Parts: sequence; C-alpha cells; structure tokens
Amino acid sequence: MPIILDKVSHVYGEDTAMAVTALKNISLVIPDGQFIGLIGHTGSGKSTLIQHLNGLIKATSGNIYFNGEDIDADDFDKKRLRSKVGLVFQYPEHQLFETDVFSDVCYGPKNLGLTQKEIQLRAYEALKLVGIEDEYFYQSPFDLSGGQKRRVAIAGVLAMKPEVLILDEPTAGLDPEGRDEILDQISKLKKETGITVILVSHSMEDVAKYVDRIIVMNRGSVMFDDEPKEVFRHCEELESVGLAAPQVTYIMKKLRDNGYDVRDDVTTIEEAKTEIIRYFSNLKSAKTRG
Amino acid sequence: MGIIKVKDLIFEYIRRDEEGNVEGITTAIDDINLDIEQGDFVSVLGHNGSGKSTLAKHLNAILYPTEGTVWVDGKDTQNNEYIWDIRQTAGMVFQNPDNQIIGQVVEEDVGFGPENMGVLTKEIWERVDESLKAVGMYEFRKYSPNKLSGGQKQRVSIAGVIAMHPKCIILDEPTAMLDPKGRREVIRAVRALNDVEHITVILITHYMDEVIYSDKVYVMDKGKIALHGTPREIFSKVERLKELRLDVPQVTLLAHELKEAGIPMPDGILTKEEFAAAFDECVNRAI
Amino acid sequence: MLRDITLGQYYQTDSVIHRLDPRVKLAATIIFIISLFVFNDIAGYIVAALFLAIVIKLSKVPFKFMVKGMKAIVFLLIITVVFNLFLTPGEPVLRIWKLTITKEGIKLAAFLVIRLSFLIIGSSVMTLTTTPNQLTDGMESLMSPLKKLKVPVHEVAMMMSIALRFIPILMEETDKIMKAQMARGADFESGNVIKKAKSLVPLLVPLFISAFRRANDLAMAMEARCYRGGEHRTRMKPLHYVKRDFAAYACVALYLITGAAAGRIAETVCALL
Repeated sequence: MPIILDKVSHVYGEDTAMAVTALKNISLVIPDGQFIGLIGHTGSGKSTLIQHLNGLIKATSGNIYFNGEDIDADDFDKKRLRSKVGLVFQYPEHQLFETDVFSDVCYGPKNLGLTQKEIQLRAYEALKLVGIEDEYFYQSPFDLSGGQKRRVAIAGVLAMKPEVLILDEPTAGLDPEGRDEILDQISKLKKETGITVILVSHSMEDVAKYVDRIIVMNRGSVMFDDEPKEVFRHCEELESVGLAAPQVTYIMKKLRDNGYDVRDDVTTIEEAKTEIIRYFSNLKSAKTRG
Repeated sequence: MGIIKVKDLIFEYIRRDEEGNVEGITTAIDDINLDIEQGDFVSVLGHNGSGKSTLAKHLNAILYPTEGTVWVDGKDTQNNEYIWDIRQTAGMVFQNPDNQIIGQVVEEDVGFGPENMGVLTKEIWERVDESLKAVGMYEFRKYSPNKLSGGQKQRVSIAGVIAMHPKCIILDEPTAMLDPKGRREVIRAVRALNDVEHITVILITHYMDEVIYSDKVYVMDKGKIALHGTPREIFSKVERLKELRLDVPQVTLLAHELKEAGIPMPDGILTKEEFAAAFDECVNRAI
Repeated sequence: MLRDITLGQYYQTDSVIHRLDPRVKLAATIIFIISLFVFNDIAGYIVAALFLAIVIKLSKVPFKFMVKGMKAIVFLLIITVVFNLFLTPGEPVLRIWKLTITKEGIKLAAFLVIRLSFLIIGSSVMTLTTTPNQLTDGMESLMSPLKKLKVPVHEVAMMMSIALRFIPILMEETDKIMKAQMARGADFESGNVIKKAKSLVPLLVPLFISAFRRANDLAMAMEARCYRGGEHRTRMKPLHYVKRDFAAYACVALYLITGAAAGRIAETVCALL
C-alpha cells in the first residue's frame, strides 16, 4: 500500500521561543515493494520523517496518505496504521521486556487483538524470518548476543505483519559480523515477502549494496532522491553536508581524474572490479592489435 | 619496560544461571603478552566478544588478572597501593558518550578528574582550559552536555581524561555509537593527542579504517592475539581478516580482489592515493 | 527535544542576585520562609512584600516567571482559602445559606494567601537565579556540619547532581521506549486503572534496565577518573564569600528586624497621631 507525503512540515516546540523546524515541505511517494535507503547525518530530520509515516508524530502542516486515506483524519485508525507500517527504532533491543523471547515477539500481535493461535503462529513465523532458532525461544532475551537481541526486536515488529518495514539504523553499535548478519537478513526478508523496506542509515557502503532508491535528507529537506548511481555522482555536494559516497566511487573518480578511461559511476566493489578488469583486457587487446 | 606491559595474562569469569548456580567458566582473555612503548599509537581490533574490552579494563585496574601480571608505568595493577596512580597514568574513555559525563556543564565535567586527584583550584582551571583546547571544545565549555552531539560528547570525555595528565590514554570503542562525522572528529582528536602531546594511545575498535594511522595493530580473537604488526602488514592478510570477521576497507579489498583476478596489485594498500599509484604501475607494465 | 528542558527553571541573565553565593541565597530563602510564619500582622507582611519586590527588581528576572510557580498551587490555595473562610469560628460578617464567613476567617484566609504566594515567589527567586549545580554545592556546604553526625553529606550532594544530569536523558529515553512500544500497538491511554497499570510494564521494564546499565557504566567511568568519595577532593569552583555576600546577609538581618518590629512601630505611630 503506497504512502504519499504531500508538503509535510514539522516544527518542534511550535509557538515557543525554542521552535525548531525539523521537516520542511517534504513531498514523497513511497510505492509498494521498493527497497529504499534514507540517508542523512544526525539532525537532518530523517528520524522525524519516519515517525510521521506511522503516525507517531503528527505533521505540523501538509498531509500524509496511506493507501489513499489521510492518516490525520479523525476516523482514521492509527493502531491499524502502526500494524501496517512497522517501525523498528534505533537500538530496538532496548524495548525488550518479556521473560522469554517468544512472549516478547507475541506482544505486538497480542495488541492487535488476534486469537491466541494466530498470535503464536505470527510470532513463530517472525522469529523464523529473522533466523532465530527454536532453541532460543524460551530463553530470556537478555541472555542473547547483541546481534540476536536485535533480531528478536525486529521480529517483534515483523509479527505485526507490516506491509512497510522501516528500520532506523539497524546496524548501529554492531560489529561487522553482526552488521552483515542483520543486513543480509533484511535483504532476504525483502526478497521472500516482497514488502516495502525503508532503511535509515549513514553508511553509504551498506546502503549502496542493497537498495534501489536513495533519499538523502539535509536540514529537513530532501536533497537527492534517485537511484544510488545517480545520487553518488554528487560526491562534492554529499561531502558538503557531512556525508560521503562509498570509498570505491572515490577510487574510480581518482583513476578517471588521473586520465584513465574508466567509468566513475560505480558504487560497489563488484562493479569496480568488473570495470577495472574490462579496462585491462581492453589494454591487452589494443596491445596485441597494435 | 614500556609504559604498559602485559605478561601471560589470563582472565576467567564464572557464569551463573538465574539461581546463582555455577554454569561454567568463560576464559575471556587467554594468555596475552603485550609491551607498549611510551608515545606509541597502538590499536586493538576485534569483533564483539573477542576480549578486547576486557583487556582494556585490565590496563586501568578496573579488572584484575586471574593469572599473569599487568604493569602500568612499572606498577603492578594488582597492588592496591598503586591503584590511583595507575588510573591517573592510564586514563580511560568508554563507549557510551552519555554514561561517562558526570558534570552538568562541560567545564565542570572536565574538572572532575583533577578534583578527585586533589589538584589545586587554580591549576584545575588551567588544566580544564588546555584540555578543552586540545580537543577543540573550548568554545563549548559553558554548555550543558545534553546539548552536544555524540562526537562532541566523546571529545569532552577525552578532555576529561587529558586533564588528569595521563601518560597513556585507553579508548574502549569510543566511536561505536557515533555517526561518521562524529567518528572523524574523535579520531582526529585522538591522533592530535598522539602527534602533538605525545600521549601513548591505545585505541580499541572494530572499525578497520580507524587503525591505519597507528604504529602497531593487534587483532584479537577468542581472547588471544590472532595477528599483530604494522597496519600495512595486517591489511595484507585480507583472507585472514575475513576469517576473523573483520571489515577490510574497500580500497584494500578491491586491490586484493584485482590481484586475485590476475592484475598485479601489491598487498596492503591503505589509501586511494596508494591505489592510484599502484594502478599506474600495473598499466605501465601492461602496455 | 525533551533534552532542552531546563531543570529547576534557571533563568540565565547577569544580576547581583545571580552572582550571590548560593549559600546566601539558600539561607536567605529559609529565613524568609520562616519569617512569613513568624510575622502575624499586616505591617510585617508589607515589609516582606517590599523586601521581595526589591529582590525581584534586582534579579532582572521578568515577574511572569515568578508567577509561573503559582499556577501549580492555585487549586490548593482556593481549597484552603474556602475552608478557612467558612470554618473559622468568630464574629460573623456574612451568612450564605448555612455557611458563615467570620471576621477571623477573612483575616486567616488573607494571611494564608499572602504566606503561600510569598513562599512560592520567594523560592522561585532562588531557583530562577541559581543553577542546580550551585544549589547542590550550596547545600553540601551548608550541611557540612552534619558530617560530624555521620550524615553522608558529600554523597547526598553527588547523588543529587547526578540525578539532575540524568533526568533529561531518562526522560528522553522514556519517550523513545514509549514510541517504540506504540509502534508495536501499545496503548497507554485507554482502559481502566488496572489495565493502564499493566500497560506500563513494557515501558517500565526497559526503562529500569536502561537506568541500571547507565548507573553501572557511570560508576565505572567515575572510578576510572579516580573518584573515591569526598575525602581529599579539591574543588574547581569552591565557594568563597565576598563582600556582597556579607552585605546580603546584613540586608536579610535588617529585613528580619524591621519586619518583626514593624507592628510595634506602626502601633506607636498610630498612638502618637
């Protein structure tokens, strides 16, 4: 179900001396089934934006439509919206509270008022989706490793069966292994269920590998909204707002600046490798011909 | 003997279940030897649970060895008499920026250590000012820590340690909770301390790109030192690093993969400039 | 955004009152409050009002900030006034249905309003002109004689100052956890008392865990920075009395004497006339 934002603005502490504009006139369309990376440095408004998408924060002005319905209309069911648009906060393991893993994942579906059987079924499916094995189901969530805790917390949101899944910096504070685990799991989940995923991150390297659209936020506005390749073309602009393209993009740019005829719109190691190998084989064939 | 010497260090702790019964013994550190020279910049790499943070806590007398000995500036950490000397000699910065700032105003937090050491008021102020200047936070001295960014808070924590005039500063994953901008700020501040003030730095991290400026790198795995050497030596071992579940910087990885594919790139490339130079070389050879 | 709230509502500006030693302000506030209950004639309250007005003028804090504190007790004030008005026995002045308002009742109610509102305004002046930090320092110093009685004065002051530092952080955390649970369909508002209390479990458990983790981290960080209690500790901002602090004490003493004697003086003046 698509989400449409129409000229959404948000001001914290409106009508006070300390008013801060967090979002300025944002218009976006989020169609079904996309994998979106939402990028911006701390304070760029990305956290505020995602909390609008499931109605946790109300826009100061502008409208948000979920499946054609205005989510701020009086008769709109916010609880249903929150089950359809799942939001996983930063450090989601900090919200775990039950005595065992399985009950914690049941919390969401229980709040939806489902039958006992349906609740358990959903919790089971969600835990499987994030790759938590049966043997952990009745352990205390606090005894798990950092990466496992986080996956349990993500399962807690997945058990609501959302059609849009938003993850706010799901890899923050994890080591490379934990990070890859989570990102691979999310990417697999995306493929298996076909839901819309919005990944909030400040790591371009992570995002470039997975998403098909990048939205860059700066000072409460959308700065870029395009395919990764197109966005990373604007290295200098990204740097001016405290962001950066993946390191490989810079390497290829450097080679190009040094006078080599290689493509510089490369965003992953795989692409760079292919491109450089192509360059060398061209060199060789030119040499044999010459 | 260097500023920090670790000999045959073993650290074990007893795991207990909810009722307090012993479940087993975990060996967090398994026979480690280290000798760190005054003025060095040393990095300790490793994934979560590799024992690197446990090691860090031994260098500041927060944890004590089960077996073996740790000397800080020649003083045995297990000797209770030296504990405050050791904590002053080897200052420590922790991971979470919010949970280590005590003061409600930046300058008061930086003064906390010297206050505890019994430094005279006038000198506390001198130390606070110079420490805040060293990390570039002087203009924020009257701020509430709650109004600072993560990177700024970590720089305040570093200033709080410098104000104690340590010979050595241990940073236990200081950037793990920061955004890229904050990470750059903190690493820049740490490098300046080492270059300008010649304070020995021990940086514990899981980000490989943060260690390329260090003099020596130790990689930990399962409580043991799995690899050690200069950054270039370490970064040459891409396959081994992958096994240790560490993240090789893209530039090093790309060079390595090209080499595998038959393009004669050298091992241990650390920057894009080096990459470009090596690429020139390869092209010249191919023509 | 919750982090922006300032605790103890300190009003940042530069004035004589702001610069006074916190011990003077604390002592003066306590003396002022006691005086409000000792004085029991109009003349005394006029002196108190004058004193308060001068201090407010000197503090450069807009008067509306002083009154803010009043809002919280308006309800309490109304109830006590009503009780005093109608339930004080004495000479009847007005009779409404079965209730009588007496002369004594009016006097008592009026005094009560004056006492309570002066009390609130008086302590607001202190909190508005003193940072929470200075307050804890002042308290520690004023209470230091209690150390002889084995009261852990330093520890109490340290606890207060840590609490002040962490309250905004924990408030923000509460907000975050609440939102996270709402995203999982939690409802903190509807239902009866039992249901509401139950719905708080998913909020309180994570909050406690987080508070303990922070406490643990903080204790380690403090130890690493050589903290070992109040002994052998020097101060970055030691409290020193300067001339204006003694002058302030003198003013307070002068106020006490004038206020206490005001009734007598007024009587004599009246008699002479």
